[in-house]
Amino acid sequence: MREAKGIVTGKIASAVMLIVFAVVGIFPGLPAQASAVDLESKSITLALATEPPTLHSARATDTIASFVISHMMEGLLRYGENGELVGGVAERWQIDENGARFWLRENATWSDGQAVTAQDFVFAWQYALRPETASQYAFIFYPIKGARAVNEGLAPPDSLGVRAVSRTELYVEFAQPCPYFLSLTAFMSYMPLRQDVVEHWGRRYAADADKMLYNGPFTLTKWVHGAHLTLEKNPHYWDKSSLRISRIDMPYITADPGAQFNLFRDGQIALANLDTGLLDEAVKRGYDIQHFHSGSLFFLEFNFRAGRITANRSFRKAIQYLLDPAVLVNKVIGLPGVLPAYSLFPVTVRGQRQAFRQEYPVRRLRQDLAVARQYLDQAKRELGLEVFPPLMLLAGDSPRAVQEAEYYQYLLKRGLGLDLRIDQQVFKQRIEKMRRGDFDIVVAAWGPDYDDIMTFADLFASWNDNNRGRYSHPEYDRLVRFAQNSASASQRFAAMAVLQDLVVDDVPILPTYENAMLYVQHPQLKGVRRSVFGGDPNFRDAWIEP
Amino acid sequence: MMIKFVLHRLLWGAITVWFIATATFFAMHAVPGDPLIQDKAMSPAVRAQLEARYGLDKPLSQQYFTFMGNMLSGDFGISFTQENRRVNDIIREHFPVSATLGIAAIAIALVGGVFAGSIAAHYRGQWPDKLVMFMVVAAISVPGFVIAGLAQLIIVRLNAAAESTVLPVAGWGGVNHVWVPALVLGLGTLAYLSRLSRAAMLEVLSSDYILAARARGISGISLFFRYQLRNALLPVVTELGPAVAAITTGGFVVELIFAIPGLGRYFVQAVQQLDYTVIMGTTVFYGAFLVVIVVLVDISYGLIDPRIRLSAGRS
Repeated sequence: MREAKGIVTGKIASAVMLIVFAVVGIFPGLPAQASAVDLESKSITLALATEPPTLHSARATDTIASFVISHMMEGLLRYGENGELVGGVAERWQIDENGARFWLRENATWSDGQAVTAQDFVFAWQYALRPETASQYAFIFYPIKGARAVNEGLAPPDSLGVRAVSRTELYVEFAQPCPYFLSLTAFMSYMPLRQDVVEHWGRRYAADADKMLYNGPFTLTKWVHGAHLTLEKNPHYWDKSSLRISRIDMPYITADPGAQFNLFRDGQIALANLDTGLLDEAVKRGYDIQHFHSGSLFFLEFNFRAGRITANRSFRKAIQYLLDPAVLVNKVIGLPGVLPAYSLFPVTVRGQRQAFRQEYPVRRLRQDLAVARQYLDQAKRELGLEVFPPLMLLAGDSPRAVQEAEYYQYLLKRGLGLDLRIDQQVFKQRIEKMRRGDFDIVVAAWGPDYDDIMTFADLFASWNDNNRGRYSHPEYDRLVRFAQNSASASQRFAAMAVLQDLVVDDVPILPTYENAMLYVQHPQLKGVRRSVFGGDPNFRDAWIEP
Repeated sequence: MMIKFVLHRLLWGAITVWFIATATFFAMHAVPGDPLIQDKAMSPAVRAQLEARYGLDKPLSQQYFTFMGNMLSGDFGISFTQENRRVNDIIREHFPVSATLGIAAIAIALVGGVFAGSIAAHYRGQWPDKLVMFMVVAAISVPGFVIAGLAQLIIVRLNAAAESTVLPVAGWGGVNHVWVPALVLGLGTLAYLSRLSRAAMLEVLSSDYILAARARGISGISLFFRYQLRNALLPVVTELGPAVAAITTGGFVVELIFAIPGLGRYFVQAVQQLDYTVIMGTTVFYGAFLVVIVVLVDISYGLIDPRIRLSAGRS
């Protein structure tokens, strides 16, 4: 009996030993690892935060997909080295208040050698708007005549105001003047699609690297789900001679900034974003820390639903006079590049000739505790309250969001004697609570979808579903409508200046800060374009310095 | 007897999996929000289309029976967040990665644990024993993400000192990508097995047959391998089953930090993103996996030690 037991145990043990030795035996053979940049093969290595949820240009919504798609597809226009719009598939264009006309390059081709035609754009845009495609970015086509009706299933797709005049000429008819339409054509939803290939794969289109067609500077040559993506120079790209990077390898997918930073330190990847915890370490190592304004605005959003204390203007004014965004940015957030926010429009928003905020500086209030308390007393009288009940502050669960929420809690208690209860929620639950209006104040943020002031301006219009606080103000709505229908740039921006002032005066939201992205980059890698528009980061015009 | 026992265990296993699936299904639907919610609001028309596509427009009871029907035919549907991918493909592609990592972790834990336990028992009360026991406490009490981050930092330092890539910092594909994550993953089990084998070894050392063997002049290596180790291994082997299950399912942090495309990441991220189909697919898969392991362990008990009676009524 004992012996039998011993034999079985021995067998298991020796089997395990065998596996271990078999694996250990291979150990000395170390494979050569690809490095961050390779001058000879003109290749760079990067890490991705997550697997792109989809690479179907008509359906993608996230920043990772936008980054990959901006390298493998090209729209009518694209963003150049300095963030200016330049010709992509289109070599010439005309735009006026009624519509836009594009003339396509004869030599723009798909990765199978066929020409990119005007019809490919017509198909793609109709496809994106079909209700059954269920594209979440369908609204970005709404400046085109008939787009909303097609998307809501009220009109057939071919009623959309876009047509192929010839193989190389495309005409777009606007629903209302759209001075920013050219920038929309660089957005991923506007990329061309070829009908035969999309229909051939159906729902499997863009599920794998070999189930899609490319017309951009790179093609996806490898896509191991959740593990590894590789982009390589597209031999059919019309402007391939201007590309100075041949290969972008992405063998790491991890959302952990610490892991990305370690890979950067080890010389394995050429670019790593930094978070607060890594900043000190990067400074200590003497890295050149760079940043860019991501163009997104963080703010406190108030709930205007019936019965909410936050619907009272005096109450909001009290908080406005209490909270100094500069103190928040310097003392709590403490990241270089992050700016205190005073306006609905971040500094990155374009105006008529230069930045909007340079053309129309925002009215600045001086924070004043005495004024804040006066407003609070006024709110008490108006609401008929003796004491304020605790208010619910809905916030995210990232370390920064927690820190920020605790700061507001401390500030309101100390300054105004108000109790804030922090309701910390993970992403989906926070969005759901925002949608339901289950909050008094929410720490919210908004990133621009397209390169125009309207991406921020219409946010708090009474009809906008993203207006989670249900703010409704006739003058606000009127100004947005006016700007949407105005053909005159100067009148349009003048209206936006009035809107900017209205936000300071009526406080539908309280801007807190404008975010910045911090990153470290390999010193030999040059010409990387960082911007929220047109895919970030962008290596189309990048190169490796010897 | 044996066949009846196995069938009985499998039946209970199936009921367990059904219970896991049902409880998860309703718990998941009770969480506020749903997989379609994104930070940007979608139009009612788009939302209606998506609800219809995933069958979310149907009553919950109907969704449950549809899901159960599909599950029995082995189809978990299409992921919400990875919208072109079938959940079956996600499990098929990513479980082998987790399993490879898990087996390597178990191997390291087993060899390392038995070795450390033997050393500690041999030098009972002396400094090697104290050192091993100190490391055991450290390995059990320090959380995995700290150890993983630390291990990665050590690799960075090591590579910098050697001025070449001695070990990769992260990633997957080569044999060298396995070692450090497997060690980090298996560390807790290694520590536990050290304690276990130390205790077993001490018991064996004080037994009569060791004394008899010594009296016959057997000593050193031969005594250790032929008499002590064999018998001390038994309790360790019985612990292996639960350890295998725990390790192959518990690799989320290690997979995240070392950029390993395993199933653990999908398991955790699906919950965060409320990806209904992936939550159900991975939970049912892991549940079934655990049940199978437990049944196998029960069967192996009987094989290893016939004194353990196989009766159908045993819990």
